[in-house]
Formats: sequence, C-alpha cells, structure tokens
Amino acid sequence: MKIGVFVCHCGSNIAGTVDVASVAEQARNLPNVAFSTDTMYTCSEPGQDEIVQAIKEHGLDGVVVASCTPRMHEPTFRKTVERAGLNRYMFEMANIREHVSWIGKDKEANTRKALDLVSMAVAKLANDRVLTPSKFDINKRVLVIGGGVAGIQAALDCADGGLEVVLVEKTSTIGGKMAKLDKTFPTIDCSSCILGPKMVDVAQHPNITLYACSEVGDISGYVGNFNVSITKKATYVDWDACTGCGQCTEKCPSKKATDHFNEEIGTTTAINIPFPQAIPKKASIDPEFCIKLTKGKCGVCEKVCPTQAIRYDQQDEKVEEAVGAIIVATGYDLFDWTRYGEYGGGRYPDVITSLQYERLLSASGPTGGHVTRPSDGKEPETVVFIQCVGSRDKSVDRPYCSGFCCMYTAKQAILTKDHMPESQSYVFYMDIRAPGKMYDEFTRRAMEEYGTKYIRGRVAMIYPKGDKYVVRGSDTLLGTQVEVEADLVVLAVGAEAAKGAPQLAEKLRISYDSYGFYMESHIKLRPVETNTAGVYLAGSCQGPKDIPASVAQGSAAASKVQNLFSRDQLESDPQISQVDIKRCIGCGKCIQTCPFGAIEEMDFRGATKAHVIETVCQGCGICTSTCPQGAIQLQHFTDNQILAEVNALCQPTTILNYE
Amino acid sequence: MSDTLRFAYYPGCSGQGTSIEYDQSTRAICKALGIELVDIPDWSCCGSTPAHTVDHVLSGALSARNILQAESLQDVRGIITPCPSCLTNLKTASHRMRDAAFKAKVDSLLDKPCRNDLPIMSVLQVIYQELGPEAVKAKVTNPLTGLKVAPYYGCIMNRPPEIMDFDDCENPIAMDRLMEAVGAEVMPFPLKVECCGASYGIAKNEVVTKLSGKLLDIAVDCGAKSMVTACPLCQMNLDMRQDQINRANGSKHSIPIFYYTQLIGLALGMNGSSLMLDKLFVNPSTVIREMKASQAAAAS
Repeated sequence: MKIGVFVCHCGSNIAGTVDVASVAEQARNLPNVAFSTDTMYTCSEPGQDEIVQAIKEHGLDGVVVASCTPRMHEPTFRKTVERAGLNRYMFEMANIREHVSWIGKDKEANTRKALDLVSMAVAKLANDRVLTPSKFDINKRVLVIGGGVAGIQAALDCADGGLEVVLVEKTSTIGGKMAKLDKTFPTIDCSSCILGPKMVDVAQHPNITLYACSEVGDISGYVGNFNVSITKKATYVDWDACTGCGQCTEKCPSKKATDHFNEEIGTTTAINIPFPQAIPKKASIDPEFCIKLTKGKCGVCEKVCPTQAIRYDQQDEKVEEAVGAIIVATGYDLFDWTRYGEYGGGRYPDVITSLQYERLLSASGPTGGHVTRPSDGKEPETVVFIQCVGSRDKSVDRPYCSGFCCMYTAKQAILTKDHMPESQSYVFYMDIRAPGKMYDEFTRRAMEEYGTKYIRGRVAMIYPKGDKYVVRGSDTLLGTQVEVEADLVVLAVGAEAAKGAPQLAEKLRISYDSYGFYMESHIKLRPVETNTAGVYLAGSCQGPKDIPASVAQGSAAASKVQNLFSRDQLESDPQISQVDIKRCIGCGKCIQTCPFGAIEEMDFRGATKAHVIETVCQGCGICTSTCPQGAIQLQHFTDNQILAEVNALCQPTTILNYE
Repeated sequence: MSDTLRFAYYPGCSGQGTSIEYDQSTRAICKALGIELVDIPDWSCCGSTPAHTVDHVLSGALSARNILQAESLQDVRGIITPCPSCLTNLKTASHRMRDAAFKAKVDSLLDKPCRNDLPIMSVLQVIYQELGPEAVKAKVTNPLTGLKVAPYYGCIMNRPPEIMDFDDCENPIAMDRLMEAVGAEVMPFPLKVECCGASYGIAKNEVVTKLSGKLLDIAVDCGAKSMVTACPLCQMNLDMRQDQINRANGSKHSIPIFYYTQLIGLALGMNGSSLMLDKLFVNPSTVIREMKASQAAAAS
C-alpha cells in the first residue's frame, strides 16, 4: 500500500509551534508511506492540486492530511482524493492544530505529538477499506416548529417554493412575540399591519397545514425521513365548526381568566380568541376558568354558538406526520424580572415589563392604546425606562446582551411622547447598542427630537413614595447619584431561552449552550444548520434576535431546506455498524443499548441474529463496545483500525528523536 | 451537635452600653423561647468597623480569638450574636479562614489554631430558622394587635449575601414574618436594607440626618407608627438622633424605634421595664397605649 502524507503549516497557526518540515520528513520513514511533504495551506486550491498531483504521480492508495479539525475540512479533502480517483474513505486526517499547536507552546513536545498523531493516522489508513454509500428517497415535506415571525417566514418561503409545510404552534394563534408589539423599530410602522398579512397568507396557503394549540412529541428517523408525533391540545371547541364569530366570548360570564396575550395586564373571558387578527381565528376555552368545566354549571357558550362548535368533553388528540426536514423556530422567553428584589420583585403594580407596556401602547390592547397606570388608571407624566434588566448581569446568570432592548426602549420612549406630548421619559442605560441599519439614528432621534433624557448608569433600587416611585441610580457620566420620581417604571427585560428548549433539543438530538439557546453548526459559516442533518434553526431559539434578523434567518433556513430537497435521493453515510452474521450469537445486547433503535432482530436460517437498519444507524459505536463477540463493527472505525492506531502510538520505533 | 438550642453567645460591646436594652431583651426572649445562651468566656471586642479598614489579618484575628474562646464550650450548636456588625466580622473572619494561607497568618497571632467549624448566626436567624414564626406565635399571650410597624434590617444583616447567607439580600422577610407572628401590623417598607448613615453620626452628622431622615419619612409615608430594628447602630441613629434629624430636615417625626426582641418580649407577656423600654429616646407610651386600645376593641 502506498500512502501520501501532507503536513499543513496553516500559516503560522500550526507552523508557529510545530516543526512541520521535520514532521513531514520523519513521516517518510513510517510503514507504507511513499510520499510526504509539508504545504503552506493544504486546503487552498494549490494545496489540493498538490494532493491530486501526488496521487497520480506516485500511484498513492490513500492520503493523510495533518492539519485542522476534521469538522472543518474532512469533506473538503475527501472530495480532493475523490477527484484523483480514490475512494473518499481512503483518507485520514490528523488534527495537529486544535489538538496540538493551539494548546501547547513547547515546540519540541508539539512536534513529537504531531508526529504521533500522523503515525496513528497512517496506521489506521493502512487498515481502511473502500466504502460506498447507498441511496435513499427523500420525503419532501418540512416541519416548522414555532409560529413566530421566523417560523412564519420559513414556512411561507418553503410553501411558496412548492414544498408541503407542517407548522406547529404551541399557543392558540401564530404571530409570536411580534404580534404583541404595537410598533416596530426603526420605522415605527405598525407591527400587526406588516405581520397580519403574512399570518393570513399562512392560513390561506394550500401547502401549509397549521396545527395551533399543539406540541411536538416524539421525533424519530433521520434526514429525509423523520416521523413526528404531534399532540393537539384540547381547546374544548371544534375548530372545524367554529367560525370565529365571537358570540361566545361576548356572552361568557367568566371574565377573570388570565390574559396571556396581553401579558396579564387585564383579564379576559374563559372562552376567548386571543386578539382580533388571530390566526387561526378560533375560540378556545381556558379550562382553569371555565365555569362549566370547573363547576359543571353554565354552558352559556354552548347555547349561543350558532354552529354548535362547543365540545366540553374534547380530549387531546395525537397525529403523526412524516417529513424530510425540520426547521426549529421556537423563539425566546422574557427574563423573569421578579428576581430583581431591588426593583420590587413584582410587588409594585406600576413597575411593569416592556412587553406589558407594549400592550398598553397598542390600540388593540386592554386600554385601547391609552397609557394608564395599572394601580389607579391615571395617565403617567414621568415614565422611567430601565435597560439591561436580565441582560449583561452576571449576578442573575445572564451575562449576555439581549441585543434588542436598547432599540425597543428608544421606540417606547418615542411612542410615549407621541401618546402623551406632556410626558417626560428617562432611560437608564449601560451602553447604547444600536448597530443595525438606521438603528443609531433612531436612538439619537429619541434623545434629540423627542427629548428623552438618557442617563448612563444602573438603577440601584426602586421604592414607592406616596403614589410615585423613586428610581435611584447612578449617573456614571456625571459621577453622581440621581433620583427620579416616576409615575410608571418600565423594565426593559432581556431575553432567555424558551421554557422547555433543552427538552425539545433532546428530542431533536441537537445541542444547546449553557443558557438553553440552540447551537448552530458553525457560528460563522453554518449559522442556520445544526449538527444533526436535516434540522435547521431560525430566529431567537438560537440567540436573541430582532425582527429583521429573525426574518432573514427564517428565509435562510427555508433556502437550506430547498437546497436539501433539490435532490430526489440522499446518500446515506456508510460509516455505520455492520453485523458479522457468523459471529453473532443473537444475545440482543446491541438492541438494548442502541439509543436510536437502529438494530432489530432478524431470523437467519432459523437462528436469531442482529440486523442494522442502515438509514437509522447514526454511527455512534455504542453497539460495537457492547457486543461480547465482537460481531458488530462500526465501518471506518473497526476494532482492527482502532487497534492499529493504538499500536502505532505505542511503538517505540515511531518515537523518533527531534533535533 | 446537641438537639437542644444551646449556643455560644457573643453580646458585643454595644450590648454592654449603648444598646443594653437589646442585650437584656435578647436574653429574656431567648430564655422564654427555649434558646440557651452561654456567654463566650473572656470575649473581646471584634474590632468593629476600624479594624478591618486597617488590616484584614488583625481584624480576622480579633474575631478568631472569640471563635476560639467559643470552641472551648461543650455542646454548643454554634455562635450567635444579636449585633449585625459583630456578626459580619465573625462570619467574614470565618469565611476568610477557609483560605489556608490567610488562616495560617491569623493562627500565628492566636495562642492556638482555631477549628473554625462552628456555624455563626444572628439571634434573628436562629429564632426565624431554628424555631420559626409558628413556634413563636404559639407562645404569644399578648398579641400586638394594632401596632403598625415598619421592619428595618439595615445594610449588613443580609449582605454581602455570599458571606451572610441569610434571607433575601434585597427584600429580607425574617423580621416581617416574626412581627406578623406576634400580631403586629407590618407595613410594606421598601427601604429595609438601606443604609442609615452608620457611624457617620460622629464624623459627618449630615450624612445621618439625610439618610436616616429618608428612612423615617418613607416609613411614616407607608403608614408606620413605629419601626423595628435588629441593629444597635441603626436603632441609635433613628432613635437617639431623631431630634437632630427633625431639626436638620424640618420634619416632626416622633416614632419609637424598637428592637424586635423588645416587641417579641411584649407579645410573650413580659413587662416594659424588664425589656428596658424606658431606655428608648422616643417615648413609646403613645403607640403602646394605642395598641392596648386596639387590643381592647378586638377583644370586645
């Protein structure tokens, strides 16, 4: 066997702390190595050409590249060797950047370790076999989880491109956080006027199946062929019959139900439609407050309903959907500001959240757009906004910047002046972070045109004094303490991962960071992909985002799905487990340990044997270490291949002296 | 550790002088509530504020000596003190001694190394956590019906939270719950953990008249007819300096500033003189008379 070794400088990334020329030179002495060299940038076009050239010139059977992580460039180099006529699995990579040069400064030790890794890769390659992927069909339907603006955009883009879309939304209407906003920055256009038509498009699109009041349950399968179970929660109303006329909500005698859409400012009826533009525009009953469901009496809605749609005995219902790709757009939740004891911890009625204030500003909100204090209904004269409540604060485990609070606070300060020209707004801020298009100009307008007083510094505490609230903070520009007497205090709460995000991640087998936000495959180059093939991210589930960014990411995720579905068949990864029928004793241990349910029992000439379902196997290798007979082997990572690596590492002859 | 509530008691210097009524009422209610106090033999001053501003090791050693003295006692569950300032010094010293290098420096100043394994708590924490408001309520014979009181904890009883490790550092509720348990009407006082000006009363009086003045203003604003404290210095600033505050601010406050131990004592049926109510500068007789009238009205 003839093996070629290419040791990469990666500029000074590797060559700075590894003597790459020496590694290449010493690699020439390894068994089976017919060619060895060092190159400046192996992944560049000349670098790749050099590999192709060497394969042809020296008749190489396999190639080892010693450079960066295989996550970055293994696919690149597999394509390169394929270009020269080799099988793509006759290629091995030694990670001498992340595993060597980036973590140590001792050049001698680094060089020795790099050579160790190279000799392991060479030994493994000598045991590598040609592998061929098989092909399977793609189900060209897509599941979108979450009906906020990112999910809506992704669903519409996919549907307009001719794909069948299943959109699952947890609450009784799509629209997400954006539907609750009054106006949007930096253009002050009406949020529901730009979102509303898109919501209607979702409802009317022939390619979109919308499940509202529904949650995703088990997810099985793999890219191209996922099976998803969806639970449709009981709404106690037959949505096929309901026309959304609203007669039931008018007559419902239970008027103290929690108004989730209005952020619990005010109350609603037990049977309700969240807001006039809701999609689907269907009524649902809150079982906690319905008199019929709690006490067995009433039944008014059933009497007044012109289409007999009320079903007090409705149960949750399960549906199964088969899809080929999944877009996750589950959004974010607001930080629980009651954790700030110094701001009253939820005890002061006139200290409210920014989203609650947004509902007060909205013409479709509980006060019809008239800004009033929750405590006494009076119009406030002095409104104080406090930024960074639950962001950039390590003490509450939220050290990250939520990104959009500076902007929505400026917007709310502008709207406050619009609603109440005599009012005065103050904004306590730490820094102004307004890097988007037209953003900085917008915050300037809030200060200069609308006279909002910006005070740089954190607020230490809020306490009531008479019917006002004293907001005490520091002005770090003046270097002094300041106190502002406010009628209303609005806390610009930060964003955190949606409740239940980690649980959904487990189901989807995707990663999340320590705060619960989903991890993209590569922060710069693969921002909407996950490390699970066929699962994509859109919007704030990946990290706090404003509307433009969420929409852009929704479209990006949709285009990734279109790209995936542009083929009729996908190649399955041949790096999967394979059973040696002669050795298998049918003990079934591999079936029990496989986390993906990829192994089943099979009858082979009257004996029970294990069988790997090719398309389900993820190549994790747990079965191979479980099998007492060594009968099940992970292709490309067989016992022989791994032992060859270990032997190479333990060979005293390969540890050459470095000069 | 024994099951009985037996503690090494550190009265602190102020308990011997300026806040003798706090010490006296603490001892009285602890006895009534079944908490056994054993005075730490030959205790000395913890160094108060000056020591730790000069030298952390010296300050640590002053407290460590008292901890060492307490360790000579048999069968005590821990060290307790009524004064938040003493508590801060004891707990900070104990906290810092978890660092071996710091402890070695402190030990070199002591006769022998201290074990540093006794829990250190305030009397308030023991009554609130080890007994609980319900147990206190069960012993009340004279509920303080109609007494409108604002609980004031001061700035160091709960802070810094990683050292004091008791109650909520922004909105503590231990005294609130205890006052409710003894039948008082607790006002929602927002400045519970604000600074009163502390020892600036001597160096820069206007700091105290400003800060303590605000405390009195807001307490009265919240409907309080009296305040209740757990700190000798806070009590002194609000009570003894109330006339100074009134003069400086042009206010006319006249509200008694009780120690919570005095109020619990009253509720347990003790008489005012045994609790040294006569040591207060602002005469509490008016609010006590009003309270008695409410009690009578509630009874009839």
